[in-house]
Amino acid sequence: MTSAVSLQKVSRHFGLVRAMDEVDLDVAPGEFFAMLGPSGSGKTTCLRLIAGFEQPTSGRIQIFGDAVEGIPPYRRNVNTVFQDYALFPHMNVRDNVAFSLMLKKLPKVLRIKAAEEALELVRLGGYGDRRPGQLSGGQRQRVALARAIVNKPKVLLLDEPLGALDLKLRESMQEELKALQKTLGITFIFVTHDQGEALSMADRVAVFNEGRVQQIGTPEEIYKRPQSRFVADFVGSSNVLDPEFVYWIVGEKRWASLRPEAIHVMAAGQSASRMTGTIISKSYLGPVIRLMIDLNGTKLHASVPSNDAVPAEGEKVTLGFAKDALHLMEATS
Amino acid sequence: MRSSEPRAPLGLAFAATAGLLFMLLPLALIFLYAFSTEERTYQWPPPGLTLKWFAVTWGRVDVWQALTLSVQVASISTLLALILGTLCAAAVSGTKFFGRETISLLVILPIALPGIITGISLRSAFNLMEIPFSFWTIILGHATFCIVVVYNNAVARFRRLHGSMVEAAMDLGANSFQTFRHVILPNLGTALLAGGMLAFALSFDEVIVTTFTAGQQQTLPIWMLEELVRPRQRPVTNVVAMVVVVVTFLPILAAFYLSRGGEQTVSGMGK
Repeated sequence: MTSAVSLQKVSRHFGLVRAMDEVDLDVAPGEFFAMLGPSGSGKTTCLRLIAGFEQPTSGRIQIFGDAVEGIPPYRRNVNTVFQDYALFPHMNVRDNVAFSLMLKKLPKVLRIKAAEEALELVRLGGYGDRRPGQLSGGQRQRVALARAIVNKPKVLLLDEPLGALDLKLRESMQEELKALQKTLGITFIFVTHDQGEALSMADRVAVFNEGRVQQIGTPEEIYKRPQSRFVADFVGSSNVLDPEFVYWIVGEKRWASLRPEAIHVMAAGQSASRMTGTIISKSYLGPVIRLMIDLNGTKLHASVPSNDAVPAEGEKVTLGFAKDALHLMEATS
Repeated sequence: MRSSEPRAPLGLAFAATAGLLFMLLPLALIFLYAFSTEERTYQWPPPGLTLKWFAVTWGRVDVWQALTLSVQVASISTLLALILGTLCAAAVSGTKFFGRETISLLVILPIALPGIITGISLRSAFNLMEIPFSFWTIILGHATFCIVVVYNNAVARFRRLHGSMVEAAMDLGANSFQTFRHVILPNLGTALLAGGMLAFALSFDEVIVTTFTAGQQQTLPIWMLEELVRPRQRPVTNVVAMVVVVVTFLPILAAFYLSRGGEQTVSGMGK
């Protein structure tokens, strides 16, 4: 099957800065794909290359099998929801949504009908006559979404779509975006720096760092089996264990990750484990309590259910975890 | 909210009235002398009132020539300024490049420089390049400061345009021309109109730079200046002055309202 979007060894350099370096990526049709990474990791550049706002320094980009290098954004069957929404302030909501249809010279009746349908889809029916300036942030976001899907693109790109919204709104929009993607069946590619957002919404996630793709996989793979220290550290809040420490536990000199919830914390002496440490700090997070434990100089995070009996700060504890919870990663640094 | 605004102190009200009178009374006098029956001196009070100077002015060829020249010069300089000023504003606000601030400063410089400096430097430059003084040298002179007005207006509006708006338009299928026509121009329109009108008004009453860059041509302000030393048909100058005031006042008022309205719609679009 042809990929919806396919990048082969794509690089984008700005002078000496390698915004993207030899990135390989394949997004399947109908997939909800996330590009996750800290700012400056190349994820937004990647999105802009697919949209056509940037041209690759080298490499090949294909959209549904067609090479798109040199093809301007207005001739690509791809639409974008911008981070700042980029609505046109001089047009009302309906004209904003119908903009692409107007350019296609669709008769006015049809384009108004299509715009109204798209607005219904994002639950903004009846807002057509308003100006963008009269809408709230969440509503503008929906208009931007309607404007991008009205043209029925093959791929929808979303640049930090929920970044400007407050927490409550963000959570409900996450649900809505997923539902919308199922209804439309369009390939969604979205950029985010929020790992929670990426894990909860996407079918697959590509983790970016310093212009390179560190790992691509399902949220579960990324979370449970990170391939590099960066991924383990950035996605969630794994303990990244250095090779010396791992050698001491399993006899292999490799980096490893250990999820905080996989650590069992017991009162000292309850088990034969060699791992005895001291609780340095303790924070209450609602369902769980997060402990920082000093283990012969290595600091580990552990999270334990908050209704368990939790030792106090300064107390000695013994740690245990299932051997397969320790996920071994690359051998060298 | 209070139902009535507090009244200004008496002293302030007096000072404000006096200040306004000081500025506006001379204008009123100009209007009054346009109707005076005395044609040689500005005698106070005017010995009698008449409308005949309107007819006389209408019949004078030199008035029409000067007026036509001024309108042509102002229109072409404004057009030139609109094109160059907008392009310059787009470049300065849309991209980052080495020397951007310097260019911005250099563009604004002509309006900060005394007109006489601009005039002398242009005159010597034209002389050096052996360009004969003509209609076009006047336009070049005027364009130097007209560009500034357009540039300033346009650059302020460009800054408020979201950078991604142009990309959004292209993303939705608009080529460069369509993006300019459907997205940039409507957002820039009122700023350009205001800038253009201001540029037109500036060019229309310019004396100093014109004196240095004109050949034998007389623009309306220069014609008026020369007319003042002539002791014949003096009220004609006043009639022309009055018409100019009325005619330039309307577009400036319109520009004021238009640019204000534009600001409201755009500033209502904050993130």
